[in-house]
Amino acid sequence: MTSVLVPDSPSPAPAAVRTRRRRGSSTLARAARTRRGAIGLALVGIVVAIAVIGPFVAPYSPTAFVTSPFAAPSGSTLLGGDVLGRDVLSRVLAGGWLLLVMASAATVFGVVVGAAAGISAAYLRGSTDGLIMRSVDVILAFPSLVFVLLLVSIVGPKLWLITIAVGFVQAPPVARVLRSATLDLSERDYVKAVELQGMRPAKVMSSELLPNLVSPLMVELGLRLTYSIVIMAGLAFLGFGQPPPAPNWGYMIQENRIGLSSNPWAVIVPAALISVLTVGANTFTDAIARVVIGVERQGDDATLASTLGLGNLP
Amino acid sequence: MTAVDAPPSTSVEVEDLQIRLAGGADVVDEVSFRVRPGEILGLVGESGSGKTTVALALLGYARRGLRITGGHIRVGGRDLVGLGEGELRAVRGAEVAYVPQDPAAALNPTLRIGHQMREALAAHPDAADDPEARIAQVLVDARLDLDSGILRKYPHQLSGGQQQRVAIAMAFACRSSVIVLDEPTTGLDVSTQRHVLETVRNLCRSYGVAAVYVSHDLAVVSGLVSQVAVMYAGRVIELGPTERVFADPVHPYTQGLLAAVPTPERAETLIGVPGHPPRPGHRPSGCSFAPRCPYAEDRCRAQNPPPVQVDGRLVRCVRASQTAGATPRGGQVVAPPAVRTETLLQVHGLDARYGRFAVLRHVDLRVAPETCTAVVGESGSGKTTLARCIVGLHANWSGQMRFEGTDLAPGARRRDKEVLERIQYVFQNPYTSLNPRKTIRQIVAQPLAHFRALGARETDERVVTALGEVSLGADFADRYPDQLSGGERQRVAIARALVVEPTLLVCDEVTSALDVSVQAVIVELLRRLQHERHLTMLFITHNLALVRSIAQEAVVLCDGRVVESGPVEEIMERPADPYTVRLIQDVPKLAHRVGAGSGGASPWSP
Ligand code: SF4
Repeated sequence: MTSVLVPDSPSPAPAAVRTRRRRGSSTLARAARTRRGAIGLALVGIVVAIAVIGPFVAPYSPTAFVTSPFAAPSGSTLLGGDVLGRDVLSRVLAGGWLLLVMASAATVFGVVVGAAAGISAAYLRGSTDGLIMRSVDVILAFPSLVFVLLLVSIVGPKLWLITIAVGFVQAPPVARVLRSATLDLSERDYVKAVELQGMRPAKVMSSELLPNLVSPLMVELGLRLTYSIVIMAGLAFLGFGQPPPAPNWGYMIQENRIGLSSNPWAVIVPAALISVLTVGANTFTDAIARVVIGVERQGDDATLASTLGLGNLP
Repeated sequence: MTAVDAPPSTSVEVEDLQIRLAGGADVVDEVSFRVRPGEILGLVGESGSGKTTVALALLGYARRGLRITGGHIRVGGRDLVGLGEGELRAVRGAEVAYVPQDPAAALNPTLRIGHQMREALAAHPDAADDPEARIAQVLVDARLDLDSGILRKYPHQLSGGQQQRVAIAMAFACRSSVIVLDEPTTGLDVSTQRHVLETVRNLCRSYGVAAVYVSHDLAVVSGLVSQVAVMYAGRVIELGPTERVFADPVHPYTQGLLAAVPTPERAETLIGVPGHPPRPGHRPSGCSFAPRCPYAEDRCRAQNPPPVQVDGRLVRCVRASQTAGATPRGGQVVAPPAVRTETLLQVHGLDARYGRFAVLRHVDLRVAPETCTAVVGESGSGKTTLARCIVGLHANWSGQMRFEGTDLAPGARRRDKEVLERIQYVFQNPYTSLNPRKTIRQIVAQPLAHFRALGARETDERVVTALGEVSLGADFADRYPDQLSGGERQRVAIARALVVEPTLLVCDEVTSALDVSVQAVIVELLRRLQHERHLTMLFITHNLALVRSIAQEAVVLCDGRVVESGPVEEIMERPADPYTVRLIQDVPKLAHRVGAGSGGASPWSP
């Protein structure tokens, strides 16, 4: 609010000036310091820790038959046995990292493609805009899971293909968000200023526009990660994941649901991990979004007030 | 503090008003004034001075994050400080009315004018026995034509000036005893502005209303108000009768502010106030103006100067007795070299359109090398479009433009690198023309990297030199734009344009987003650079008063056509076109000019 009162706010003390600010990371840091952000980060951290450290601390091999099918938890098998008598705990510990890696890769791929499409559409306008945005509409017309299944059933359940397919269906919504954010930016005078230097469009987009889109990009990354995890787990549940003996949280729910009454832990634990991960990612994203909006609103007020020399009654 | 003895009746009395940030720092402190019925008090100051905060406090309102923490605001004998929200709502409109800068904020776009006025009156049934008659009366008094069916119109069917007059009429309709006008003419054209000001003056006088008129524009205030309170960093630093304060300011800040106001009557250099005001909550101890004051001495910094009575007004300055009569006066602009007969830029028969809407019609323009040509026009005259066609931001035009003997292609993308380098553009709004994610060094180095591809060392040297030329130290290079004030940002924009040594510099309303004291500094900077670097300059402006200070040639645009062009002196002294005549007449001028002869012994350096 201070900024509103000081439209022509003078430069702060030199000491404060010299510390170069990395704004992107400061947004993340500030989000992590909010209550919401801390909770989200903690939830994600727990699940990630299990998935990363798990394979090294698992008591058995995830594919070894150590007990009877759907054996109840006991001293040696803390979470009991699964459909084939393998140790549920070991499979849970070993079955997360690939899901996380694939979901993250898909998210990065989707956000990069979507951002490139959205920024180009908004900045280049004209037929490029039309082409990109109509394609986006077409892809969005299919439910994303159906679209991925379609792709996977054509080429076969390869892991790289699943990753790319899941990433691909994330791109259109990202493109839409980034397009509208860019439309506003590309009319700014500082963009006009470099256009007057004859700067190439690709350079304008990468060096002038992109740095100003960090905030919406971070929000999109978080949001898309949540969706990727859900789709990945869903695909695994349907059998599109690593081939069967390998452990996978999504597939575990599928293969063990017939034994729900004898050993519910074989379903509950992987399902809970997936839920905690998505809720955590979503909560943290929400925290980022709140920080960003707070920051931006302040910035806008300052710009407005400095342009007009004052503010109005609300 | 008030300059006059207790008046027979006071409509509004502010005493020791203090407004604090939630964090505890005060943004407005020790503000006191009185306004009597029928009188207008001008509350003037630059952005950040706290004038709007005080104005809003008169309605018992504090913006988010602020609190009224002390003092009294008595309206009709009732103290607004400490009243509950419900009671305040009853006071607003009935006792105190508010006219915002943007009339759109006061009018509901979906309701007819008549409906809105009746609603406003219905909320205050005591205001009039016969609402219809009352409405008709105020509208006529506000010089709005009832026969034109204005009551049945929607706000968007009215012009900006009419909207503002409706908003003012509405404020007066409810018979409130105090009216707060918050820069109601900012954004209006000079002629409209003059009519609105007349409306305000007449209504206040005939309805016996006490008005507080907030403005950053000293020229506007000088012709309107009877008392003026000059604010600086949240305090009133000079308060007194308008003619005294304007003709012979005592506080060094008031003196500096007045010296910075351009006049259309003479070709004077402008004197800006160096430095910038402190941020609220970061006031230095003692006199807040001390860091910028040419008279400052140790005792100024010891304590906040109490108001002293000097020559019929109150001044917060410990050296008030010595400063009187020392207002600096700008010198005569040194006669520029005779305008050369060669042509650098020739525009011939330029027609420009936005879609199918014609903005410029057959514009001819000739710019001689090493001169400054001003393009003057009101909003909508097409002056910015002309600038944008020349620099290559607007490509939808036909006609001919020749620069250094070769034709200019429409649109920057179709121009040679060399042409792009030789014509540089400074944008109107320094708050949007610098990329917020880049350091000043990166911003100024960008055109160098693009046009010159120099080594890192040399680029850096040139950046520092360019910043030096616009009086910014090398320590600015690593800051980000949002760490700079508006004036500093505009200097960076100028440095970015000059770093590649252009031939033609196009300045599009470069001072319109800046305070008057900063404007003076920027104008003087541009004049100096133009002179030193033998630059050719195209200075686009709506401010006729500035033209004389900077340009040698002028072109007057009206509705996309050139109505007059020629040497500045000629146009200002003997305007030929009726439009120009009216424009010059309507420019607000300081009604009380600091007497000639003063300024000889002034410590202000021009
Ligand atoms: S002379 Fe001293 S008290 Fe007066 S304005 Fe200057 S610094 Fe302030």
